[in-house]
Amino acid sequence: MPLNRDYIGHTFPPTEPYEVSRVKIREFADAIGDANPVYRDREAAKAAGHPDVVAPPTFPIVFTMGGAALAGADLGVNYAMVVHGEQRFEYTRPVRAGDTVVCQSTINDIRAAGRNELMTIQTEVKTVEGEHVCTAYNTLVERGGAA
Amino acid sequence: MSARIKYDEVEVGAEIPAQTYPIDRGNLVRYAGASGDFNPIHWRESFAKAVGLPDVIAHGMFTMAEAGRYITDWVGDPGALVDYGVRFSGMVVVPDEGGNELEVSGVVEQKLDDNKVVVALTARAQGEKVLTRAKATVRLA
Repeated sequence: MPLNRDYIGHTFPPTEPYEVSRVKIREFADAIGDANPVYRDREAAKAAGHPDVVAPPTFPIVFTMGGAALAGADLGVNYAMVVHGEQRFEYTRPVRAGDTVVCQSTINDIRAAGRNELMTIQTEVKTVEGEHVCTAYNTLVERGGAA
Repeated sequence: MSARIKYDEVEVGAEIPAQTYPIDRGNLVRYAGASGDFNPIHWRESFAKAVGLPDVIAHGMFTMAEAGRYITDWVGDPGALVDYGVRFSGMVVVPDEGGNELEVSGVVEQKLDDNKVVVALTARAQGEKVLTRAKATVRLA
């Protein structure tokens, strides 16, 4: 079904803080098969100029996929028909162990593309101290939503 | 930060050597756990087929992660990445037997100021492009 256009421009409340741990970063790096020592060895990370181990570039998907923020809204999304259309990250700096981050999402756009509905969500990721870490742009496709 | 590639030594049009990344079901199970994306199309064959897919398919974000690894391995430091975006244009089908392979290649498309370059990435599986408009902006040494 068509998505609720009233949500274009809507900003959701910030998420609960997410604590980034070395263990989670290592688990994610292992899962993508990336052996880079800056994801697991604090000394290697420091030698590369980071204060602690950093996370791989796509790690922020762990807390920016947006499901929690959107689930309660009367957007009209049929999640069984949703696929991931596009993803982009703009980085101020890498996520690193010890960060506690808060995400705030805004629906930038909802539009029809053929038989599908496209929704683009922008999520600002900041530390609880207010430092900007990255911005995620996530385009979801609801297959058949505009049919 | 410690990018190992020097801006002054990189020309527009320079090709980055292609890399191949094998993908099997075990990778997808681990990625599901690490990312929190437990959609059964990525690990349960009967479910994937019931919703019209040819077989289990890889998470799009797994493919994006492999192409991200390609670019950070080239530049030498994940902290050098300024901007990274992709469009998911095709499925990476992962059969139980044999799995699949992702081939990633890249070309320096543009040199920007402040030692930044834009790399256009190509990711292919089973002979077709699975990412389009895939670009990474990195700050070189």
